Amino acid sequence: MKGFLLSLRSEFYKSRKTLGFWSAILLPLILITLISLGFYTHSSKLAHLPGLMLWMQFAGAVLNIMGALLLPMFVIFIGYSVNAIEHKADTWKTLFSLPIAKWSVYSAKFAYALLLVFISLLLFALFTIGFGNLLGLLKPELKFAGTHMELTLFQIYFKLFLSALGILSIQFLLSLLWSDFLKPMGIGFVCFIIGVISVGVNWEYAYLIPYAHPMLALKSMIPHTKGFDPNKMAIDIFTQDVFVSLAVFAVVFVAGFFIVQRKSVK
Amino acid sequence: MVIQTEGLTFNFGNQTVVKSLSLQVPEGSIYGFLGPNGAGKTTTIKLLLNLLQSHEGSIKIFGLDFRAHRKEILSQVGSLIEQPAIYAHLTGKENLLNRAILLQVSPKRVDEMLELVQLTTAAGKKAGKYSLGMKQRLGIALALLSDPKLLILDEPTNGLDPNGIIEIRQLLKKLVAEHNKTVFISSHLLAEIERMATHVGIINNGELLFQGDVKDLEAISQPLVYIETSNIVDAANLLTKNSYTVADINEDAISVIYQSKEKTGEINALLNQHGYTVYSIHKVQKDLEKLFLDITQTAAK
Repeated sequence: MKGFLLSLRSEFYKSRKTLGFWSAILLPLILITLISLGFYTHSSKLAHLPGLMLWMQFAGAVLNIMGALLLPMFVIFIGYSVNAIEHKADTWKTLFSLPIAKWSVYSAKFAYALLLVFISLLLFALFTIGFGNLLGLLKPELKFAGTHMELTLFQIYFKLFLSALGILSIQFLLSLLWSDFLKPMGIGFVCFIIGVISVGVNWEYAYLIPYAHPMLALKSMIPHTKGFDPNKMAIDIFTQDVFVSLAVFAVVFVAGFFIVQRKSVK
Repeated sequence: MVIQTEGLTFNFGNQTVVKSLSLQVPEGSIYGFLGPNGAGKTTTIKLLLNLLQSHEGSIKIFGLDFRAHRKEILSQVGSLIEQPAIYAHLTGKENLLNRAILLQVSPKRVDEMLELVQLTTAAGKKAGKYSLGMKQRLGIALALLSDPKLLILDEPTNGLDPNGIIEIRQLLKKLVAEHNKTVFISSHLLAEIERMATHVGIINNGELLFQGDVKDLEAISQPLVYIETSNIVDAANLLTKNSYTVADINEDAISVIYQSKEKTGEINALLNQHGYTVYSIHKVQKDLEKLFLDITQTAAK
């Protein structure tokens, strides 16, 4: 456990000046700032919306871009960046000749990638809430104040986080095994396209493709019952696709360790 | 024995890179692991550190089996393999601090190491901007950071200028003499190893050709005295008459078996007394290829 914590600390220390780390913070900040600017400049058109609808429009604008499109690409990039730092510096040989169990080194690296995705999605929820309230202050005609959807937002982003774990585990392993950028990125991109298409055509087994999970997570978020009442919105976190994502994550994570242990360090 | 291997064998596909290697590295020695490029030196070092899994044979470090005592062994080993592994986006000092986190070493030790390898003034510079020699020195500082009992260094003087090479040599000698460390150092330069090693292992094509005390090696490698003089043929006859063994003679120079500094001086005086002008006279080492030939011939006898 000590080796794991030391490795995790070192992961943060060495990556804190890299794009991999900062992308987790900058992505939500930039995206939500841009959407807030849009709301700010078009406030007159949005002034008629009731509070809940306004929040849903605002959060939905972010979610549509992030959840469906950017999240898989972001996860692919994070999986790559935490491993690329060692490939570039040729430091695998030093990492695996430290007096720290290989298991700790491997799982700390994985946990760090997981943490970056988690932090980024947490910031998405926090910035959405923060910027929404800020807009309400700056443009009082926008009825952000008085309506609360904090819990819902946290639930949505938590669901998205869980749905991204399958992709993360696969991309992490690919990036660990291959030192170049194109192979894991190319495979990830092709799989993502397949995922998008399978969701687009409503393929019944789309939930088996990890790369389709973030999109499916958004689709399956709200139980489809007749007479949907936005005031009684409940988020269904543990849907079929989330379970598959978690299963893929568990299997690939454990398999990855056995591959790493047997792999020769070049 | 600090390092002891028996029948260590490793294959890359069909090719056997390390053949039944039995190393014996005594405590407190500087063990020079000598061989040409591609002889299997780096592969052997990676096997010692368990970065590659051996196919046959056993490895014992500090008398312990690697599989059962991995952490215990690695906490006492510092290593530098091939090019130093350095994060280019971090400064020299940050590279050491990062390793200090992993090894639970105090930041004070980082400053001491920077001082030791003379990188204090360049500590704040990005390591990616370091010269090859500076990177090598940083690599040595990283290997020494945990104050290990055993240092495994793969061609540590690569890319260093003559001053740097001398500094590293002195540093390693000091570590062994004053701090009771054991150093396992690989090189493809015979002269380099002869200058600092107490023990030598010679590897070629994955096989250990020679292992023993450096003095035993000197008996085989037998340096020569290279003499450029006027009237080479007559001078060679004079030396032979005075019971010096002429090993080689060509248009430019005579090579005589080296005996001692004093004897070399006597050769010089002798030639001068008989009216030969000596243009140059100096000791030369055999090159590695010649040495391999001699070793294999000795073994055949």
